[in-house]
Amino acid sequence: MSPQVYALLVDATTETLLMVGVSGVIATVLGLPLGLALAVTGRGELLSCPAFNHVVGLVINATRSTPFIILVVAIIPFTRLVAGTSIGTRAAIVPLIVAATPFIARVVEAAIREVDRGLIEAAAAMGATPLQIIRKVLLPEALPAIILGLTLATVSLIGYSAMVGAVGGGGLGDLGIRYGYQRFLPDVMVAVVLVLIVLVQIVQSGGELIAQQVNKRNLKS
Amino acid sequence: MIKLQDVTKVFSGRAGSRPVKALDGITLSVAAGEVFGIIGPSGAGKSTLIRVVNLLERPSSGRVEVGGVDITDLKGKSLRAARRGIGMIFQHFNLLSSRTVFGNVALPLELVGVPAAEIEQKVSQLLDLVGLADKRDRYPVELSGGQKQRVGIARALATDPKVLLCDEATSALDPETTRSILRLLADINKRLGLTILLITHEMSVVTEICRRVAVMESGRFIEQGDVLDVFVHPRTPTGRALVTTATGGDPPEVVMRRLVPQPVPGGGVVLRIVFRGSLADQPVISQLSRRFGTDMNLLHGHLDAIDDASFGVLVAEITGPPAGIHATIAFLHSNRLDVEVLGYVPPSLRATG
Ligand SMILES: Nc1ncnc2c1ncn2[C@@H]1O[C@H](COP(=O)(O)OP(=O)(O)OP(=O)(O)O)[C@@H](O)[C@H]1O
Ligand SMILES: [Mg+2]
Repeated sequence: MSPQVYALLVDATTETLLMVGVSGVIATVLGLPLGLALAVTGRGELLSCPAFNHVVGLVINATRSTPFIILVVAIIPFTRLVAGTSIGTRAAIVPLIVAATPFIARVVEAAIREVDRGLIEAAAAMGATPLQIIRKVLLPEALPAIILGLTLATVSLIGYSAMVGAVGGGGLGDLGIRYGYQRFLPDVMVAVVLVLIVLVQIVQSGGELIAQQVNKRNLKS
Repeated sequence: MIKLQDVTKVFSGRAGSRPVKALDGITLSVAAGEVFGIIGPSGAGKSTLIRVVNLLERPSSGRVEVGGVDITDLKGKSLRAARRGIGMIFQHFNLLSSRTVFGNVALPLELVGVPAAEIEQKVSQLLDLVGLADKRDRYPVELSGGQKQRVGIARALATDPKVLLCDEATSALDPETTRSILRLLADINKRLGLTILLITHEMSVVTEICRRVAVMESGRFIEQGDVLDVFVHPRTPTGRALVTTATGGDPPEVVMRRLVPQPVPGGGVVLRIVFRGSLADQPVISQLSRRFGTDMNLLHGHLDAIDDASFGVLVAEITGPPAGIHATIAFLHSNRLDVEVLGYVPPSLRATG
């Protein structure tokens, strides 16, 4: 592999990490409270508010059922508004956030719903406020599942980020298409795929390791 | 200490299904320092009832009073304050898996903002009380069922409640562990003067630590009174069934199979006789053959003690002349024994033993 291609690969990897990192953090910051809100506002839940739950659920479903590549194109005006441009790595972060936030919200919602109702009941019987139940019971008990969910979301983001590359977003996907495909450089293609595989492996193993560390339900001594 | 006044609870259920009347006019009064048991078959409404006491379940009608205060309409802050005065333990313990033993017991104190040093001291005390001082840094997954329930008890006592609610607190435990947990509850009741309301479907739990009991079925109390009274003279089939299970069940299957509903000439009658200590004091049985010419053949027996008063259940076959058998039953009745005719046996039973 020529030094130029190597330099391109390093740049593309950095861009991908940047896109995934920034969009992952922002999507988590948005998706976590959203998922929590979804979990506790269901009918008969802690802060039951079915109307809110229903509307938010609809929006999330709509976003999640739109194919990512269409989503990217459809929200170009919004992307331009937020990022000031619709091309490049910065612009690519916007659709990534839009796609990952509802995903994370659902994953967090599922994790929190998994918490044994008996624990909520026990806390309520102690005189805990709903907020205390969320902070002291729901979040700590759901933490291992939330971490696994975020891992899953990050892996999906790596895949999505390669797709935004195809529409001018930069990163590994972009490199793979332009050099590997359009210029017939199979070794570039192979290198891109290998880097992606390694990234996914690192994220997955790292996430599982952290989840296991915080999971006190099956201690490995 | 706990007063329920004509409490009903109707679950409307999902659209399409019929509403369920889980509680149907429950009136209950538990004195301070008392251990009161509620027993009944599955679905009787026991859990609903105990959850009404700390308003985890709001009654559809009726009043709930705890510690002399009507809490039925409390909401928000004042409800939470009231709940802190009522401890609760659960069948499945409901401990936080993410917290150590110490962390679990500390939780109710954290909720009210007790300073860390004070929490440290209080939790240590409680762990000593339940005998788990050496487990303070373990996680629930590392504990046995009995140990988990001890953590549950320590946690329930953290805010110094006056009342402890136990929802099937020993139902997930083996008999040995059940006894040790009941002993701990009895000990706490004596030492701290705690009022305990306990629900169970096992009569043995009631006889072990309760002074008074209510038998519940279909959302109603069908019997209520002194444990010994209910135990010795159950007035309802449900009460009787509960007593039967507690005393090791019916007589052996070989005997039950041979029972017929009508007297058989030359045969005998099989009776279930429930008695209090008196039988030991008076030689009732030995008088039978002398006075009525009948013989008693013991088939099955069980002796137990409630509140230091002994009682027992005998299943016995009485044989002899028909008039003698009648006189025997009348005699047993006149001695304040609870006698139930289980059935009759043909003479051949005697031959086979
Ligand atoms: N949240 C609820 N919604 C609808 N019906 C309910 C609800 N909780 C309880 N019920 C119904 O109320 C009745 C009494 O239930 P409850 O749990 O109090 O019985 P239980 O005596 O505790 O039974 P078990 O010994 O099996 O625990 C049952 O018929 C049950 O189906
Ligand atoms: Mg129950």
